Amino acid sequence: MDFNFTAEQDMLRESVSRYLGDRYDFAQRQAMLRSESGWRPQIWRGLADDLGVLGAPFAEDLGGLGGGAVETMVVMEEIGKALAIEPYLDTVVIGGGLLRRWGTSRAQQWIAQVIAGKVRFALAQLEPGVRFDLADVAVSAIQQDGQWHVHGLKDAVRGAPFATHFIVTARTAGPRRDRDGVSVLLVARDAAGVALREYPTVDGSRAADVRFEGAAAELIGEAGRGFEPLEAAVDEGVTALCAEAVGVMRRLLADTVEYTRQRKQFDAPIAANQVLQHRMVDMYIALEQAVSMTCMATLKLDRPADERIRAVAAAKVLVGKAARFIGQSAIQLHGGMGMTNELAVSHCFKRATMIESQLGSVDHHAARIEHCDAAS
Amino acid sequence: MQLEFTPEERAFREEVRTFIAEQYPADVRARQNQGVELQKGDYLAWHRILGKQGWSVPAWPVEYGGTGWTATQRYIWDDELARADTVPIIAFSTSLVGPVLYTFGTPEQKARFLPGIVSGDVWWCQGYSEPGAGSDLASLQTRAVRDGDHYVVNGQKTWTTLAQHADWGFFLVRTDPAARKQSGISFLLIDMKSPGVTVQPIITLDGAHEVNEVWLEDVRVPVANRVHEENKGWTCAKMLLSHERSGIARVAHSRVALARLRALAATISEAGRTLADDPVFRRKLTELSVELTALEYTELRMLAAENAGKPPGVEASMLKIRGTEIQQRLNELELEALGSHAALRVRRSLAPGETAVAVHDAIGVADTYFNMRKTSIFGGSNEIQRNILAKAVLGL
Repeated sequence: MDFNFTAEQDMLRESVSRYLGDRYDFAQRQAMLRSESGWRPQIWRGLADDLGVLGAPFAEDLGGLGGGAVETMVVMEEIGKALAIEPYLDTVVIGGGLLRRWGTSRAQQWIAQVIAGKVRFALAQLEPGVRFDLADVAVSAIQQDGQWHVHGLKDAVRGAPFATHFIVTARTAGPRRDRDGVSVLLVARDAAGVALREYPTVDGSRAADVRFEGAAAELIGEAGRGFEPLEAAVDEGVTALCAEAVGVMRRLLADTVEYTRQRKQFDAPIAANQVLQHRMVDMYIALEQAVSMTCMATLKLDRPADERIRAVAAAKVLVGKAARFIGQSAIQLHGGMGMTNELAVSHCFKRATMIESQLGSVDHHAARIEHCDAAS
Repeated sequence: MQLEFTPEERAFREEVRTFIAEQYPADVRARQNQGVELQKGDYLAWHRILGKQGWSVPAWPVEYGGTGWTATQRYIWDDELARADTVPIIAFSTSLVGPVLYTFGTPEQKARFLPGIVSGDVWWCQGYSEPGAGSDLASLQTRAVRDGDHYVVNGQKTWTTLAQHADWGFFLVRTDPAARKQSGISFLLIDMKSPGVTVQPIITLDGAHEVNEVWLEDVRVPVANRVHEENKGWTCAKMLLSHERSGIARVAHSRVALARLRALAATISEAGRTLADDPVFRRKLTELSVELTALEYTELRMLAAENAGKPPGVEASMLKIRGTEIQQRLNELELEALGSHAALRVRRSLAPGETAVAVHDAIGVADTYFNMRKTSIFGGSNEIQRNILAKAVLGL
């Protein structure tokens, strides 16, 4: 048993931390939020060309750095710390996970494109009225003369405005909530029959509702058998999201400790008050538990489905609660300043809050664990 | 990073598991199953078996009787003991006074006192707390005045756990009333049979006799029984704070208790289904199980850091806080599960010879719930632990 990072993993963390740190100070991020496009393509380019981290979790024979889930955890934690909006989760983690499972030479071509920074994915999974159920899919895909076409509406597609392609879950057979008959397809953003209604998200990114009207699509994996690889790849995404949350929460705690030491009331730093100290200790404890669960889930991603689901779901339950508690506490201890948009802490809080529900809430994942219990 | 234990560690687990299964005293097991209050002999029987095997003080240096196990092996050992639900080894002997003796004791003191601790022949109690000195331990008032080759000790100690069984006690006493409060304290070993030592029971809210008041009236203690220099007793006491975190989280115990609670819930009918299938109760169990897993991996992360050469730090305070919160939550849920069945019964209602099997888990559940409120109070209250973390980890 070993929870220590290798020297290479420490170097990876260092380089991502420095790279994002130089580009994501508060003013730079605010300027980005106000810009018309809402993001900076050159950062994605740099992650590919200067750092090579888009290949971090891929095998060397695929052109990657030969890492795995631990490398993903390292990168995602730094993304969280920087409050970066780059679509690493959807492109490298979830997209990469689906492509790795597909495993064909065509998949390898896509992976090469991912590593080179030439494609960016956005997971188009949610539909109006659907919360988290990956099998609850009404959008359909139909094959005609050997070409797949997608029809229907996906909403709240995170990162859609920055994406070159959508990873679309679509039904190719079966009733609406059936796991059988779910397929996963790639649709180019600029394909005919794709229409976006774009909007900013509360946590500094952009999203869109995406309407597909017969848009041409490429099937990933087998038609109608997409659920299991999708669930596994999304579990990798959930775990990566936990790592991102850890990064955000580290910053929330550090900023709060720093602020309470500087802020004086009644002629003393407010950190001198025991009630505040104990709240911050509870934040620290919640954070440490979240770190532990993120490591645990990361190291269990390759286990059989039942064990993997229990591990990942448990991590998301704990991290979701920790994100809420640490986020709310950080704002509370910042007082009125926490209510403004002028400090990083408010932006961390918003991101932490969105992570709570992204890819499944606390209740959703608790129910997944209970589903495993009932089946065993 | 990787989760698996090594083949050697897995073999070690097999070895100690087999040892426990084969060597654990059958009569002690029977009394545990009956739910009767355990006696001194029950605790010591197991300690003596471990002493013979050379496994009673794994964490000690090998020269004094330690096993030389790695931190991971010690973790596995604790884990197996918990899974097997063995009676605890009295920590006041092995984890508290023992390390003070081998760290600060004279060669004569080590030769005289350590073997009895290793073998389980001598029972030690801890004389620290006083009516006026709880969390603020250094404000203790028990006086020791030098008289030739002896100290004459007067004062009152309290919350002295299982002092009714103790052969010896280790006491913090004030030897210099003029000094700053931490500076005037000495660490004395006192024979509990000495004239002037009186042990009086304190009955706790669950009806148990676990703790005591210890009165010291003109007790003459040889100077040779002082550990470390005069007025340096606080150094001894402080050393213990971060010394032994092994098992403090009690993850394996809680895991066993959670499994028992699930099994119990499956036997209780609630609105046409079992309590185990009741969505509200089930969710409580799920959430608790998640918290327990988080604590388990937090402990394992610390263990890995320790194996990598990082000395154990104040993070033990976090294990204590979360560990006790989880234990207390388990007790709450057990109480909730049994409803009035638990509330009405006390452990003492068991007739002599009657086994607990018939009324099964209701025996002692409420008692245990009441008793276990102590865990967030003793060993440095959870509020004190938070103070420690605020200072050490957050720099506040």
